[in-house]
Amino acid sequence: MASTRAASIQPKTAAFSPNGKAFSSPKRKDLLTVEHLPLETVLHLLDRSDHYVKFLEAPGPFQKLKILEGRTIANLFFEASTRTRTSFELAERRLGADVISLTPAVSSLAKGESILDTIRVLEAMKIDAFVIRHNVSGVPGFLASRLPHNLHVVNAGDGVHEHPTQALLDAAEMRAALGSLSGKHVAIVGDILHSRVARSNAWLLAKLGAKVTFVGPDTLMPRNVAAVFGVDTTNNLDSILDTADAVMMLRIQMERQARGFFPSIEEYREEYGMTPERMSRSTALILHPGPINHGVEIETEAAYGERSLVLRQVRRGVAVRMAVMEWLFSNEV
Amino acid sequence: MNLVLQNARVIDPVRKLDEISDLEISDGKISRIGTALTSTFERRDLNGAVIAPGFFDMHVHFREPGFEYKETIESGLDAAMAGGFTGVCCMPNTQPAISDPFVVSYIRERAAGHLVALEICGTMTNGRGGEELSPMAALAKAGVRMVSDDGAAVRSAEVMRRVFEYAKMYDLLVTQHCEEHALTHGAVMNEGMVSTRLGLPGWPAVAEDIIIARDILLAEYIGNVRYHVAHVSTRGGVRLVREAKARGLVVSCEVTPHHFTLTDRAVEELGTNAKMCPPLRTSDDVDAIIEGLRDGTIDAIATDHAPHALHEKETDLASAAMGIIGLETAIPLGLTHLVGAGKLTLSQFIERSSIAPRRLLGLRPASISIGEPANLTMFDPAKQWRFEESDIRSKSHNTPFLGTEFTGKVLGVVSNGQAHFL
Repeated sequence: MASTRAASIQPKTAAFSPNGKAFSSPKRKDLLTVEHLPLETVLHLLDRSDHYVKFLEAPGPFQKLKILEGRTIANLFFEASTRTRTSFELAERRLGADVISLTPAVSSLAKGESILDTIRVLEAMKIDAFVIRHNVSGVPGFLASRLPHNLHVVNAGDGVHEHPTQALLDAAEMRAALGSLSGKHVAIVGDILHSRVARSNAWLLAKLGAKVTFVGPDTLMPRNVAAVFGVDTTNNLDSILDTADAVMMLRIQMERQARGFFPSIEEYREEYGMTPERMSRSTALILHPGPINHGVEIETEAAYGERSLVLRQVRRGVAVRMAVMEWLFSNEV
Repeated sequence: MNLVLQNARVIDPVRKLDEISDLEISDGKISRIGTALTSTFERRDLNGAVIAPGFFDMHVHFREPGFEYKETIESGLDAAMAGGFTGVCCMPNTQPAISDPFVVSYIRERAAGHLVALEICGTMTNGRGGEELSPMAALAKAGVRMVSDDGAAVRSAEVMRRVFEYAKMYDLLVTQHCEEHALTHGAVMNEGMVSTRLGLPGWPAVAEDIIIARDILLAEYIGNVRYHVAHVSTRGGVRLVREAKARGLVVSCEVTPHHFTLTDRAVEELGTNAKMCPPLRTSDDVDAIIEGLRDGTIDAIATDHAPHALHEKETDLASAAMGIIGLETAIPLGLTHLVGAGKLTLSQFIERSSIAPRRLLGLRPASISIGEPANLTMFDPAKQWRFEESDIRSKSHNTPFLGTEFTGKVLGVVSNGQAHFL
C-alpha cells in the first residue's frame, strides 16, 4: 500500500538539480545561479541597475513605481540577514509589489522537509515570486524544481554555493568605477572555502572578461578551485597589490579559527588584512560585501577611504535587486 | 517442487560448466542435467537464457526492527527475489541494532519460509557505539557469520584491535564501513571538482583510504583474521586491498553497482538519489573499480540496498538520507555495464555475484550439480527493457535508475523448494 502511495506522489522526473538547470522550462524565469546566467542577461541587469541607481539618487521625495503592481513577493530568509533582506524588500516595494518577509526559524538541517511545506503553503496563498536565502547549498534550486513554472525564484544566497545579486551589484559598481571589466584584474581575499560571494563573483567576472585571483590560506581554499573557476590562486596578498584593479575583502567568520582553519586572528590580519600600509602600495578599489569586521580583514580607514566602494555597494544592492525583480516579470531574456 | 527448465545456457564457474541444456528439478533438488530431457513435470523454455548458481547479496539494509516504514524483512526479501537473488545478508544498523542474539532470532523468524535465504550480520560493538565489544560468541552461536558497525566505522584503533582479536576466535568475517569521520563532517558528496562548484561539503577519498590502511595494518599485526572492506569506492582503496592480498593477507572487498556505474557528476543531475555513503566518486575511481573487478581484487558485488521513505529523499541534499535501493537493479546494471560492456565475462560476473559472497560468509556454494538443492538465478543477458516504478518490490522507491534502459533482465529464481518467475 505504501509503495502505491509513494508512486503517486513521486515526480516522474529525476530528483532536483542543485542549480535548478534540469528543471528550467523555456518559459521559466528564475535567478538561481550566476554560473548559468547568459551574458546577455547579465548586461541587461547591469544596465538596468545603472538606471535605477540614478533613480535612487534623484533628490526629493521618492516616487513609487507601478511596474510590479498587483504582484506579491515572499522573501524567505531561512538564514538571518538584515541587510540583504532589507535591500530586497526596498527594491520590491519601490517597484510597487506587495511584499511579505518571513524568517522561519530553522534550528537544524533535519528540518529540511518543512521547507518544502512552507513554500507549498505560501504558493497556495498565491505568491508570484519567492526570494530565498538558506544556509544549505542548492535549496533555492530544489524549491524551484518543485514549484509550478509560472512562479519565479530568486536565490538570495544558498550555503556556500552562490549569491547572484551580490555578484551583480559588485560587478555593476566595479564597472561604473573602472569603465569596463574587460582585461581588469580583481582579487578576492579571504575565506574562499566558505564563500558563496567568491563563487558567484568568479563566474560573473569571467563572463565580463576580467581576470580573477583568489587570495587566502590553503586551509580556506576549496579543492580544485583554480580548475573549477578558471582563476589564479595565491597565498600572498602583497603579490597582487600592484596589479589588482579591485580588491574584494571577504568577511572572516571568527568561529573558523576555533575550527582550526587558521592559527589566530592576529596572524590572519597580518597575512590577509587590508591595512593602511597595504592600501598605500596599491591603487585598487576596495570592496567588501559586509558586514565588516573592523580591524580584522579590513581596517576602518580602508573600508571607508576614498577608493572604497563599500557604501556604494549597499546602494547598488537595491538598484540591482530592482533590476532583477523587474526582469523576472518582463519579456526580457 | 518439480520443474523442468529447458534450453538454458547453464553456467557454473566452480564446475567450469557452460553449456546449453535442460535442467530437471525434483522435490527442490537438481535431478537431471542434459539435452532434450523428457519429463512429466511442468516445463519452462528459457530460449537460451542463462541459469546460474543463485545470486547472493552480502550487504542489504532491511530496516526491521525499528524502521519498518522504510522496509520490512518481508518486503526486502520480496525485492531480493524480484531482483534475482536467492540469498542476502542484512546489516545490523536497525533499532535496536543487531548486538543481541534475541534480535537475530526475531529477524530469522520473520524470514522463515521465504524463497530467499537470509543471513544476518551482527554488530562489532554494542549498539554500534564503537566502544564495547558486541557479544560475538553469542552472536556466532545464533548463526551470525559476519560482524560490522556498517553506517559508521569503528573510530578507535584500540577498539578495532580488540574487535579483530575477539572476532577471530569465532572465525567471523570483520566488515568495516571505511570512513575516517574526522574528515567527513557534514559531507554530502565526494570532495572534488563538483563539490567545489556546487558549494557542497565534501567527503574526501582519503577518508576512506585511511581506515582501510589502518585496518589492513591491524589485521596483519593480529594475524589470522578475515577482514572485508564494505562498498569500496576509491582508487586508493582498491590499491590498498590489492597490495594486502599480494602480501598474503586474508583481505577482501565488495563494490556496489552504483559505484561502478555513476560518478559524482550525477549529484547535479539526480539530486538526493545520488547521495550515498560512501559517495559517488570520479570516473578515475570507477575505472580503478572496474579494473579491481577484472583482476579479482574486488571479490564481490553487493548492493548496499538502502531504502528510505519519500520524505527522507524529497528534500535538499544536506538534509536527505544517504543511500539508494539496489536489489532490483543490481543484476541489470552488472549485465549492462560489466558484461555487456565487455569488462567482465559472464562467468566472472556470476563468480562475483554468487560464488564469492557465499565463500566469504563461509556458506556452501550454490552448485549446479545433480543431487544439490536447486538454488538458481535465471536471466536473459540480451533482453532490452526499461526499469519502471512498477518493477519495484521494495517498500521504498529511492533509486536514481527509474527510466533507465538496461540490456539484461532477470527472469526468475529457484531456491528453498520454490520457484519464482517474473
